[in-house]
Amino acid sequence: MGFKRKKGDGDGEEMESEGRGKSSFNGSEKRNVILPSMIKNKDKRSKVYAKQKHEKKVEKQKKIRARDAAEKRALELGEEPPQKMIPKTIENTREADETVCRPDDEELFADIDADEFNPVLRREITPKILITTCRFNSTRGPAFISELLSVIPNSHYQKRGTYDLKKIVEYATKKDFTSLIVVHTNRREPDALLIIGLPTGPTAHFKLSNLVLRKDIKNHGNPTSHQPELVLNNFTTRLGNRVGRFFQSLFPPDPNFRGRRVVTFHNQRDFIFFRHHRYIFETKESKQSDKGKDGVQETIKPRLQECGPRFTLKLVTLQHGTFDTKGGEFEWVHKPEMDTSRRRFFL
Amino acid sequence: MQHDEVIWQVIRHKHCSYMAKIETGIFCRNQYNVTGICNRSSCPLANSRYATIRDHDGVFYLYMKTIERAHMPNKLWERVKLPVNYEMALEMIDKHLLYWPKLLQHKVKQRLTKMTQMRIRMRKLALKTREVVVTTPRRQIKRESRREEKAIKAAQLDKAIETELMERLKKGIYPTEIYNLSDSVFNKLLDREIETNDEVEKEEEEEGVIEYVEGDDELEAEEEEDMEDFSGLPSKESYLEGDDHDSDDEDDDDAEEQVVIHKKGRALKKSDDNGKAKKKPRVVVEVEQEDADTRTSLKSLKL
Repeated sequence: MGFKRKKGDGDGEEMESEGRGKSSFNGSEKRNVILPSMIKNKDKRSKVYAKQKHEKKVEKQKKIRARDAAEKRALELGEEPPQKMIPKTIENTREADETVCRPDDEELFADIDADEFNPVLRREITPKILITTCRFNSTRGPAFISELLSVIPNSHYQKRGTYDLKKIVEYATKKDFTSLIVVHTNRREPDALLIIGLPTGPTAHFKLSNLVLRKDIKNHGNPTSHQPELVLNNFTTRLGNRVGRFFQSLFPPDPNFRGRRVVTFHNQRDFIFFRHHRYIFETKESKQSDKGKDGVQETIKPRLQECGPRFTLKLVTLQHGTFDTKGGEFEWVHKPEMDTSRRRFFL
Repeated sequence: MQHDEVIWQVIRHKHCSYMAKIETGIFCRNQYNVTGICNRSSCPLANSRYATIRDHDGVFYLYMKTIERAHMPNKLWERVKLPVNYEMALEMIDKHLLYWPKLLQHKVKQRLTKMTQMRIRMRKLALKTREVVVTTPRRQIKRESRREEKAIKAAQLDKAIETELMERLKKGIYPTEIYNLSDSVFNKLLDREIETNDEVEKEEEEEGVIEYVEGDDELEAEEEEDMEDFSGLPSKESYLEGDDHDSDDEDDDDAEEQVVIHKKGRALKKSDDNGKAKKKPRVVVEVEQEDADTRTSLKSLKL
C-alpha cells in the first residue's frame, strides 16, 4: 500500500480507502471516513484531521440553525414548537432501583409506623443529643463540635475520656438521651460521624468531608436559638428514607417559623450535603415587557444567608441496633464493589 | 563437643541464615533460640545439649535436645507441656533440667518469666476495645472526592433550598403574622397603584417628594393595628438591621417601618389561595430618591 502517499490530496486518499476494500459499498457514511491515525505522514495526517474537524463543526452548526429556525417558525405559526431535547444527566440516567419509595406503598407506611424514630417524630419525646469525640481529639474537632452544638437544639457535649463506646451508649440511655453523636478525627481533622439512636436505635456511620467552619464562610450569619426547619431533599429509596428520618429525629419536630432558620440535608448521588441558613423572603422587582404590558412586577424571592458549618456526609454503614461491630446486624454496608457503576446510587 | 565448635566457627564466620544484624546488636531468628541473641552459648545449632521454651496458642512447652539424639533429626526435640501456674512450671523446669548447665537453666527460667508476663498482658489487651488501623486505598479516596465535587455542582444547593422554601410559602405553612399574605383584592389594588405610580414617576422628577395617593387617616389606624401584631419580632428586626439589607436606599432608619415595608412587599405575590381575612386596603406612598434609577421598594410613611 505504498502508493497511498503518491497521491497528492486528501480526496485521493479517500478514494484509496474505498478501493482498498475497507469500505463496503453499502452506502453508510461511516465507512468512508478515514481514521487520521492510519496516515503515517504527519503533514497529510494533520490536514485530513483538520478537514474532518471542520466538517463536523459545519454540520453541527447547520443542525443547530435548522433547529432554531424550526422552533421560530412553529412559534410564529402558533403551532407547538418541536420538542426540545433533554440533555442526559446522571440523575436522568440513574439505574432503576426497585427500592425507590412510591407514594402509595402500604408497606412503607407500616414500616414507618413501626420504626425507631416514630416516638420522636410523633412529638411524644423531645430529642436530646449527646455529642462526644473519639479518644484522641484534635485541632479542628472542638470548633466543629461547638458549631454542632449551636446548630442542633437541645444538644450537650461531654468529653470522651477512655470509656468504651458501648459503655457510653448505656450511660446515655440511662440519662434519657435520644441520640448520641460521636465525632471521629483522623489526621487532625474530623472525618467521620457516628450517629447512634437510643435506646435501641440504629447506628449510622458517615464519612465526613469538606468541612467548612462558620468563621471560614464569607458573610456568615449568626444562628439564633430558634428551632430550625428541616429540608430533606432527594431521599428516594427505602434506605434513603430511613436515613432521612434518622436526621429528622435529631431535631425537634415543631419548628419555629419566626426564627427563619433552615437546616438542609440534601442528598445528591449518595452524598448528603449539610447546610444551615437563615432565610428571608424579599420582593424583587423585575421589569417585564412581554405581552405588551409595561409594568414592574414584583416577585417574592427567598434570600439565604449561610450560617453554621457546611459539610458533606457519605453513608458507610447502617446498623440495626446500637453500636456493636462484631455482633450487630448490619442493614447496609458500603463495599467498594458497589462503586463500579456510575449510575447506581443507594440513598 | 568438637563437632559443636566446628559448626560454630563455620556459622559465625561464614554465613548463618538465622542471623540478623541490626545497629543495636546481633540477633538470632531461630525459633528454638532461648535468648534470641546470636551467641556461642545461645546458638541452638552449635550446642548439642539445648533447651528452650516455646508458646503454642497460649500453652508453654519445654523443648529439650540432647546429643544422644543428634543423629535423628526427626526425634531431636523432646517436648514437655508446662502448667499454666508459674511456680509449678518453674518446678517442672527444675525437674527436667536437673543436671544441666546452670547457664541454660537460668536462661530458660528467664524466658518462662518473660513469656508469662506477655501472656497476661495480651489477655488484658484482648478484653479492651482497641481502635483498628485500616488502610486508606488512595484510588478510592481520589474517586470519592472527584465524585463529590461533581455532585456538588449537580446539586445546585442554593437553588434547591430556595425552591423548597418558596413551595412551602405557597403551601401556606408559614404563619401570617410574619408574612402578610393578603388576598387578591389587595393585589389588584397594588397593581393599580404600581401603574399609577409609574406614570407619576415619569411626570415628576423632583427629589424627596412625598405623595399621598389616598387618604391617610385610615393609614394611621391601620399602622397601629399592624404594630400590635409585630410585638414579638425582635429577632427579625435585628436581622434586618444586622446584615447588608438595602437599607441604604431608604430614608428612615426606623426599624418598625422597615418591618412594615416587608409586610407590604410580600403581600404582592399572593395571587393564589390563602384566603386570609385581612382586607385592609393599604395606602402606598412613594418616595423618590436622588440616585435611584429604579424604585427599589415601596414605602409608607407616618405623617
